[in-house]
Amino acid sequence: MSVTAPSPVIEVRGVSKSFPGVQALSNVELQLGQGEVLAVVGENGAGKSTLMKILAGVQAPDRGEVLVDGKPLKAFSVEHALDRGIALIHQELNLADNLDVAANIFLGREPHRFGLIDRSRLHHEADHFLKLVGLDISPITLTSTLSIGQQQMVEIAKAISVDARVLIMDEPTSSLSHRETEALFAVVRDLKRRGVSILYISHRLGEVKELADRVVVLRDGHNAGELQRDEISHDRIVRLMVGRDVSQFYDHRSHPAGDVMLDVDRLVTSAHPGESVCFQIRAGEVVGMAGLVGAGRTEILESIFGISPSLGGRVRIAGREVSRPSPQESVANGLGLVPEDRKQQGLILSMAVQQNLSLVNLFARVAAGCLVHRRYARELAGQIMDRLRIKTANARQIVRDLSGGNQQKVVLGKWLAIGPRVLLLDEPTRGVDVGAKHEIYRLIEDLAESGVAILFVSSEMEEILGLSDRTLVLHEGRITGELTRAQLSEEAVMQLATGAAGQTAMPAFGEIRSQTSPAENE
Amino acid sequence: MKKVLGILTLLIVVCAFTAWQSEHFLTSYNLQNLTRLTGLFGVLGIGVAFVIITGGIDLSIGSVIALTGSLLPYLLVKQGWSVPAALAAVSLMSAGIGLAHGLLVAKMNLQPFVVTLCGLLLYRGAARWLTADETQGFGAGYDGLKWLASGTVPLPGTGGFEIPVPLLIMCGLGVLAAVLLNLTLFGRYLLAIGRNEQAARFSGIRTDRIVIAAYVICSLCAGLGGMLFALEVRSVQPAGMGNFYELYAIAAAVLGGCALRGGEGSILGVVIGTALMRVLQNAISLLGYPSQLEFAIIGVVILLGVLTDEIVRRLAAYRHTRYQTRQSAD
Repeated sequence: MSVTAPSPVIEVRGVSKSFPGVQALSNVELQLGQGEVLAVVGENGAGKSTLMKILAGVQAPDRGEVLVDGKPLKAFSVEHALDRGIALIHQELNLADNLDVAANIFLGREPHRFGLIDRSRLHHEADHFLKLVGLDISPITLTSTLSIGQQQMVEIAKAISVDARVLIMDEPTSSLSHRETEALFAVVRDLKRRGVSILYISHRLGEVKELADRVVVLRDGHNAGELQRDEISHDRIVRLMVGRDVSQFYDHRSHPAGDVMLDVDRLVTSAHPGESVCFQIRAGEVVGMAGLVGAGRTEILESIFGISPSLGGRVRIAGREVSRPSPQESVANGLGLVPEDRKQQGLILSMAVQQNLSLVNLFARVAAGCLVHRRYARELAGQIMDRLRIKTANARQIVRDLSGGNQQKVVLGKWLAIGPRVLLLDEPTRGVDVGAKHEIYRLIEDLAESGVAILFVSSEMEEILGLSDRTLVLHEGRITGELTRAQLSEEAVMQLATGAAGQTAMPAFGEIRSQTSPAENE
Repeated sequence: MKKVLGILTLLIVVCAFTAWQSEHFLTSYNLQNLTRLTGLFGVLGIGVAFVIITGGIDLSIGSVIALTGSLLPYLLVKQGWSVPAALAAVSLMSAGIGLAHGLLVAKMNLQPFVVTLCGLLLYRGAARWLTADETQGFGAGYDGLKWLASGTVPLPGTGGFEIPVPLLIMCGLGVLAAVLLNLTLFGRYLLAIGRNEQAARFSGIRTDRIVIAAYVICSLCAGLGGMLFALEVRSVQPAGMGNFYELYAIAAAVLGGCALRGGEGSILGVVIGTALMRVLQNAISLLGYPSQLEFAIIGVVILLGVLTDEIVRRLAAYRHTRYQTRQSAD
């Protein structure tokens, strides 16, 4: 069994790291024993990924040190970390999809003679590692033809092939199916038996409970606490993560649902041309949309908003048919989208808060003729900043210099300026600190109370569970289930999101499916 | 491979059409000229393919040709250097230019477009200043050198057709480049960097060095091309030599399947692309189209080529997703 060895394989001492506007880590401590599976949990923006990047040599800390086998790491580079036996499996896929699977597994470490790649050995060895992770594909398969889950398993095969003593897994199951997840767990247990230490980052507390010997919780870049194997429970982890009881954190109020504000009928997106989705959202409703990476959630929001074209279907906003959704039309109809990537899609980072806030509204009201109505823009900015409690010196501050939470409030504020009827939020609290998160949740509740229909996409289970009146679950472009607040649980969402509901004969899912089918057949 | 087949078909169609319309096309004089120019331009295309595969671009090729093309006769004739010394100096300078580009792109993070655009202006200016804008020639001697550009090797059994030496040089270079790209670690890393630089870096590959090497290869090829072009035309005008040649090279690489976003490319494709460009130009003059239209016709053909390619790609992607969704539905 797992016992923290007398001298840890990895010891993190007082590590701090800041990025412009964000203190990502402050004075973080961590120890990892040999053959130990240590789960590192925390909300998005808690600093987990930064810590892992430092351990893997991708980034250097501002202060503090990392000891491997009792000796400090002198340089922070990927090569150096690999030399010391530390390998990182990335959260985002990091494969060159123009190359075959074998090439990706051994990228940078190809068997070669005189600079020529030894293909037969390469393929032979790759085959071995593919079998090890339970992936039944040929090593010469082109990576771009694999599903996202399979690509993730290739990443894992790649990390294992390094023969690492410490393996860092950053959300390895975020896009895996149930079966693939099981295969991964088997691999993890096998590695542990062979004395490999594993740092396991996950949002899925069920996985943490199943795998981890110990849990370290980070909150806003600090050590928030630690749980031993027998202390690990869902509630305890969450309490450490958010710093208070969940019931207080998500102050869920139910609102009387009004008229149908958003009616999506047989919408087909480019991500899954073979599937279509149907759903309705009423005024005052907060509807969550859950699913794995690649389920097509973002594409649905973008197609409704009209930024990416839909391949078919109808969208009605407040009873009015939108024949060809476009951002211009959406703004005119009072539908706003808070996009997933706020820095790229949500904000113009080099412009001031005030200019960003009046961007959407510019041609509706802020502009007098073709000149910007400065006084109106300033007043508008002032109102929104007060309402959202955006913390800046003044409205002329450049958005780039704000914290993640304040930036996100500016994106939301942009849409408040048009007096929205429907708001689509894509990962509304990604990379936002706990305090700001709480405020954004409250704002969402306030908006719903005032009659706005809200559809939000989130990969954070806590958020889905805490916020939504109703939850739509997607699997590979299809709505596999709809859960009311009473039916909502982490397990139910995961089953539907991994498409397991169709295969396992669980009575609960039969129920759910029969509930959704009328909408789908409509 | 499919990509190469498409462009090869286009090449054959254009050749067949031209041969049908003009009896001059298949004469050994015309074919010799055509293949000589294909060889000369092919050297440039092969070089730039390496840079394009990394996701970069080199706009300075034409000016490097002007600089190396004027420098070779200048050093030999005006300065009286020995042949090996002059060749070594010019090659070294070409490599140095590539090294500078690579360092600026990989270490200083400047955009390849900007770096090589500045190079385009800089080397042209340097060539004109160095030679005081005077035409440079080789005079009567240097027959061995000239043979490299204008010599031929008889091909028995073809009724007088002789293979131009530049074509042989390009073939040799092409084989070398294809081996480098497809069989070596360097080539593998080049493709990986072009598609996903971050993945390559996270795999412990020294991406900087690979990128720098690509620019060095490109400029070396441009320098070699410059010397060969100079030996072929015999009299080099620093102001006009090599104008637009970078665009020919880039167009040939793109036609041959190099994606400007990086990560894709085939040496055979580049060679066929170069041949297509040359045949088009040849056809325009043989078939009596107004020569003023030359650029316009080439432009339209390239556009059609890449357009077809994009449409085919989209169709394939669409079928792929259709296939996958049907599979998962079953």
